[in-house]
Amino acid sequence: MAKYILQRVIYMIITLFIVASVTFFLMKLIPGSPFNNFEKLSDVQQNILLEKYGLNDPVPVQYVTYMKNMVQGDLGVSFQFDNTPVTELLAKRVGPSAILGLEAMVFGGLFGIFLGAIAALRQNTWVDYTSTFLAVVGKSIPSFIFAGLLQYYIAVKLGWLPVMFWKGPEYTILPAIALAMFPLSIAARFMRTEMVEVLGSDYITLARAKGASYWQISIKHALRNALIPVVTVLGPLAVSLMTGSLVIEQIFGVPGIGEQFVKSINMNDYPVIMGTNILFAVLFVVVTLLVDILYGIIDPRIRLSGGGN
Amino acid sequence: MLNKDLTISKDMFEPAHVDPNKSEKIAKASLNFWQDSWLRIKKNKAAIVSMVILILLIIMAFVGPLLTPYGYSDQNTKHNNLPPRIQGLENVHWLPFDGTLSRRDGTEYNAYEVRKVDAYYWFGTDNLGRDLFARVWKGTQISLFIAFMAALIDMLIGVSYGAISGYVGGKTDSIMQRIIEVIVGIPNLIIVVLMILVLKPGIIPIIIALTITGWTSMARVVRAQVLKFKAQEFVLASKTLGASNFSIIFKHMIPNMFGIIIINTMFSIPNAIFFEAFLSFIGLGLQEPNASLGSLVNDGYKSMIAFPYQMIIPSIMIALIMVCFNLVADGLRDALDPKMRD
Repeated sequence: MAKYILQRVIYMIITLFIVASVTFFLMKLIPGSPFNNFEKLSDVQQNILLEKYGLNDPVPVQYVTYMKNMVQGDLGVSFQFDNTPVTELLAKRVGPSAILGLEAMVFGGLFGIFLGAIAALRQNTWVDYTSTFLAVVGKSIPSFIFAGLLQYYIAVKLGWLPVMFWKGPEYTILPAIALAMFPLSIAARFMRTEMVEVLGSDYITLARAKGASYWQISIKHALRNALIPVVTVLGPLAVSLMTGSLVIEQIFGVPGIGEQFVKSINMNDYPVIMGTNILFAVLFVVVTLLVDILYGIIDPRIRLSGGGN
Repeated sequence: MLNKDLTISKDMFEPAHVDPNKSEKIAKASLNFWQDSWLRIKKNKAAIVSMVILILLIIMAFVGPLLTPYGYSDQNTKHNNLPPRIQGLENVHWLPFDGTLSRRDGTEYNAYEVRKVDAYYWFGTDNLGRDLFARVWKGTQISLFIAFMAALIDMLIGVSYGAISGYVGGKTDSIMQRIIEVIVGIPNLIIVVLMILVLKPGIIPIIIALTITGWTSMARVVRAQVLKFKAQEFVLASKTLGASNFSIIFKHMIPNMFGIIIINTMFSIPNAIFFEAFLSFIGLGLQEPNASLGSLVNDGYKSMIAFPYQMIIPSIMIALIMVCFNLVADGLRDALDPKMRD
């Protein structure tokens, strides 16, 4: 186990190093200047600006400086947002993103497990078919399509919830629902399959033969055993929420990391784009690693060392 | 349970007549892999319906823009922001095709009569007066083109990479697998966004950005299959007969895994449609006057409150395509490889 984790951590560091380097060099390749009206400035002014941000140095020197600073937790300063350090800019935005992600995960996970479980208990009835249909729809339709439709029908037409912005708990509901559709349907699908398998197993028959009640069997025996593998899919789903959150945050005006990323892309704010990229990459590899370790703890049947199946 | 009173005597049995000529007879016509799969997928109604809808959508993606007198990029600012109106259906008020819009205070008015426009825009027009019917089908065409190309390239790279890695084995395999592990570790969202920033938005850059990370899952599946086949007798046999490595891989192994390759490709098409729409939504999609479904939703989104049809129609189109592709892919997976059923 220790050897496995060490190996994974080494991979993680290599991956992050590559992400940081690739991001840096691709940013250097992007045509266009990050400064507004750069062409209109005199040569001297241009030089002062470039010198200030260290853009006059040869690219390898810039690269070494960048990597050195990054290891020390300094991601540079933003070109567009009043020279705010990138780390500071992003730190402010972690909160809303985390709340949104957590809400979506909890809502999607719980509701998905519930849907999957009742589908399995009422196999091949309309309950099952409805739940399966919902799962397919939720898995297929992109979250930003849901977001747009929810925003129009629930917030604009019916006026039940605020249309956008981030001013209180009720503002988090619509974006969280839009974001939760994907984890919800994956959890429901997975739960249904697991539960059907568990319900057909010998120990359920035994429990029934011993006279356990229907609910006791469903909840105590079937649900609990089916939950184990489902927990393992929720991890990768947490990672997949990151992609969705980019657009969802923009649509609902949530002041999170995703919204900052989109804003920076449209403003050519290189240090912020690079910083956000690295933050996303770190989150991604750390969550993936944690999930893989959790697999082994939750379900010892999963072998950690052999990755080739 | 058994009736114990019943006595079974020997004379109740009589020997069955065994005809040695008929015992080996196969009663049912033998089916090959594809016929067998077809039988199985035929039973899956959702998959068949989705397949029919997809075929209709693909036909419409080419025919649709030709059905209206308006081109997909023709601007007519006098006719901008008109709601959908269809001949015949305009008198059916519960359908959204009667040409009415609602004001902020909730009252409805017929935009065509108020603005004295004598025309029929089936899906309405956008803020520059372009016909949305033509644009939506043109957008479907471009979105599908990007998705199919991306899936095809993913397939070519993934199959070759996986086959080489699995077949050669040893150090090569281990290095190639480490490379995949690192690529999988990078969130594809980052790579896609960076590539578009460098290459500038367009159809080809989007396809390139999608394929840079998209081929890894195919490569892994193919490698696993090649490893499985490598130890089997038919490979040994053809090797003994002097077949080259190339022909063993491409003539003997790959045809045996068509099913899995098709399933994987079918799942990567909706994925590509998703990423293309996603890019449009964060401002890195196709540029005007080109349209894709994602960019249409994004454009419509800006005027959602006043002219909701501009967002809703392309949204429904994306949703329909994505659901159908997923249902067909699920159906194909169940039919081509019953073991992979989840």
